[in-house]
Amino acid sequence: MIRLLAILSLLSSSFAYGAELNAMQLDQSTIAFISRQMNVPVEGAFKKFSVQINIDPARPEAGRARIEIDLASIDAGSADANDEVKGKSWFNTREFPKASFVSSAVKALGGGRFEVAGKITIKGKTLETRAPFTLKQEKGVLILDGAFPLKRLDYGIGSGVWSDTLVVADEVLVKFHFVLK
Amino acid sequence: MITSARYTFTAIRLHWLVALLIFAAFPLGLTMSDMALSPLKLQLVSYHKWLGVTIFLLTVARLVWRAKHTPPPLPDAMLAWQRTATHAVHHLLYLLIIAIPLSGWLMSSAKGFQTVYFGVLPLPDLIGKDKALGDILKEVHELLNYGMLGLVIAHVGAALKHHFIDRDGILARMLPFLDKEKSK
Repeated sequence: MIRLLAILSLLSSSFAYGAELNAMQLDQSTIAFISRQMNVPVEGAFKKFSVQINIDPARPEAGRARIEIDLASIDAGSADANDEVKGKSWFNTREFPKASFVSSAVKALGGGRFEVAGKITIKGKTLETRAPFTLKQEKGVLILDGAFPLKRLDYGIGSGVWSDTLVVADEVLVKFHFVLK
Repeated sequence: MITSARYTFTAIRLHWLVALLIFAAFPLGLTMSDMALSPLKLQLVSYHKWLGVTIFLLTVARLVWRAKHTPPPLPDAMLAWQRTATHAVHHLLYLLIIAIPLSGWLMSSAKGFQTVYFGVLPLPDLIGKDKALGDILKEVHELLNYGMLGLVIAHVGAALKHHFIDRDGILARMLPFLDKEKSK
């Protein structure tokens, strides 16, 4: 009897939570970043990106993600900066219009926190990275929230005169907020 | 009539220090706002903001000091309209030296760039990012500065006129060594 109840509860939970979600709500999702200029935090964001996430809230470890960012859609905080960062010494968007992230693994950190590992490609350079994130279910949607530091100079973002990290810090905090159904 | 009473040394030091900082911040502001984006521009903008915050703080100190220390009297020979003009210019200068850093601070916030004093102490953003408001505040900041430029010219011109034409010793109230030279 107890065994039957256990099986039933397993079944019902798999019916309730076993579905993999993959419908991105792009209009509610954001990819933003905070750079530091003369130690002044400056907020920016990318307006155009495509995201494919397949995740089962009951088994986030099996989740996978593929993200492509249209780098020319950047808002770096001011019109001046937007022009500047599309140029050669920054993103060089003419030659490298897109940045991408492809996940390789997700692991649970406990307490509703997870960490995704994967590869980021920017300006033709691919590096392994890890980003912690949280999962939250509310009103029929699943919300992924996370942030991780990215070292811009690892990818050659802001080279030449801009490589002075006392003016623009090497570390940029990248924040993502994805909503899916 | 020679006015020998001078300002207190604290008032004199603060006056000249603020004057020096304004003479640095003003051309710096003009120069940097015409520059294309570069690391140097980001540095200069920060230095300009740090100067502005320092000028504001020193001016608050001056006002507190002045509230407790009566300035030396003006020469008896000065006409009523001259006294009125003197007080008006002094009051307007104080007003602008307070208002200009405030407008710059608000403008920075509206443009989405917080002011971080000496790169260490972040000042709160009283208003959120708002491009249209930022552009208006930039105009306000510039206009107030040109207003101050006019007042400073009047202020310096009057001081020189008193010193070289009226020879009433009024400049020695703020430059005591002039008095000592005279007494030699």
